[in-house]
Amino acid sequence: MEIELKDIRNFVCQGTNLEVHPGELLVLLGPNGAGKTTLLNVIAGLVSYEGSVLFDGAPVDAVPARERKVGYVFQDLVLFPHLDVSSNIAYGLQATGCSKLEVDARVRELLDLLVISHLSTRYPAMLSGGEKQRVALARALAPHPRILLLDEPFSSLDSRTSNFLREELKRLQRDLGTTTVFVTHDLVEAEQVADRIAVIQDGVIEQIGYPEEVLLSPRPGKVTEYLGSPNVLECLSARDLGHGLAEVDCSGLPVVVPHNGKEIRKVIILPCDVKISPHRPTSKVNVFEGTIQNVTPLVGSVLANVDLGGCRLAAEVPKALFESIRLRSGTKVFVELSLMKMRTRS
Amino acid sequence: MKNRLFEALPVIVFLCIWEGVARLKILPGHALFPPFSIVVIEFYDLSVSGVLGSNFKSSLLRVLAGFISGSLLGILTGTLMGWNKSAGKAFHPILSLLYPIPALGWLPILMLWMGIGEMLPITIIFICSFFPVCYNTITGIRHVPPKIIRVAQTLGASELRILFTVVFPLALPNIFTGLRLEAGMAWRVIIAAEMVAIPTGIGSLLIRAESLIRVEIILVCLIVLSVMCLAFERFFMYLEERVTGKWK
Repeated sequence: MEIELKDIRNFVCQGTNLEVHPGELLVLLGPNGAGKTTLLNVIAGLVSYEGSVLFDGAPVDAVPARERKVGYVFQDLVLFPHLDVSSNIAYGLQATGCSKLEVDARVRELLDLLVISHLSTRYPAMLSGGEKQRVALARALAPHPRILLLDEPFSSLDSRTSNFLREELKRLQRDLGTTTVFVTHDLVEAEQVADRIAVIQDGVIEQIGYPEEVLLSPRPGKVTEYLGSPNVLECLSARDLGHGLAEVDCSGLPVVVPHNGKEIRKVIILPCDVKISPHRPTSKVNVFEGTIQNVTPLVGSVLANVDLGGCRLAAEVPKALFESIRLRSGTKVFVELSLMKMRTRS
Repeated sequence: MKNRLFEALPVIVFLCIWEGVARLKILPGHALFPPFSIVVIEFYDLSVSGVLGSNFKSSLLRVLAGFISGSLLGILTGTLMGWNKSAGKAFHPILSLLYPIPALGWLPILMLWMGIGEMLPITIIFICSFFPVCYNTITGIRHVPPKIIRVAQTLGASELRILFTVVFPLALPNIFTGLRLEAGMAWRVIIAAEMVAIPTGIGSLLIRAESLIRVEIILVCLIVLSVMCLAFERFFMYLEERVTGKWK
């Protein structure tokens, strides 16, 4: 199913245009209040709008939400608290008039697919965050939706669980081939699940492209302001450290990065993930001494260029911190690169 | 078992003090303060003679008829007003004007309109039950989060299906609160109405006992009233637990 949004206007969207290809997982990435959820609601038919929404080329503007055949997982999951897991999953099937046999068979299939058969008689109040997420996904998938909309479904989970579920979602989405729009404000999450990423700001799609494109070449202006121009470090050599880590030589800097066995040519880290401190941090890895070259004020933060001896990194420092540690050109600082925020490219 | 004993202990102590104080005749006006054992004997006599049973039956039937009809109509009206905005706006002014009038405040005018008969106390109980249950139902329906309704919409449910399978069940805790409070209130009101205007029932027995200065009968009536209020409230607590306890 292809989705096309043409000149969507309402209280948030300002003439939004968007195309989602059949079977792809498109991530809508943007800060809070950018209009991500509103755009999902427009696709689902839950809010009023001007403009046109087309499913496979056919306008659906006059089609009410209940007839659009869209599976929607809301940010806070919103399971029916008075129904057990099986009944939650069965709800959409019963609402669309499936027979009891069909309902039972599909519920069993989804319980198995999402590995939640053991939870079938539990009520939502008895489920953990991860379990609720699986149930919400199963409920949305049950009536064979043409489109799946996911609104920050993993935002309330711990990073380990959300990481695991993201990978499962990606696998599931590929297997089912359902066109999916996934909303997040987390770039790491976006990169992990997306076939393509659309960056939305103030109700307008500012950039759309493959994750690599958006990450490495953010469009100057609002996208760069939001994502930051990434630091791209060329790697001269790499040494496997085991345990999923490698030490790479980036212009003389020994940087420890996550390693999945592939060759590493580049290390990418966003300025907001480069931490600056006047004192040596307690961490033993990825801490380097450097000198501030220059500072550029941004809205609410400051961009500091740090010379690490042959290698230069941009770091985004919150304004309050910048003022408290009195960063100036020539100030000696310590730079810490967050291991989990670094991406590698071959 | 231990908990039950612990709960019953204050009641037993209270009854012992009552018995002791009345027997020792240490209170001024002790002639009008019979011991608990005399009240129990009176309860037995009234039960055996059938006086208590017939009056209790009259009160109980009135309460059941008024409470069931008032609550059902209250739930229906409340659901309509809570779910349908136009109906809510249309009925709200009438409801707001009538709700503050206490149920017994209707007694004089209803006596004139309906005369003294079985319909009078039933109507009073109906009024007493209808408004609070209606208000609680409206509140319950309106407090269902809009997001949960949107989820049901995206799953293909019709408006009516959403109302009956999502909104109404989620409003049940509020509705039960109304029913529980009004179940006890119905008994308080029927006793007051029977004391003033109806010649049969526990309230009527109570006021006749007062004119004959039969304090032990008055106390029997008050104990029956107290037990019935408690029984009705407990019944709805039990029902609420059965219906919503699994998920609430």
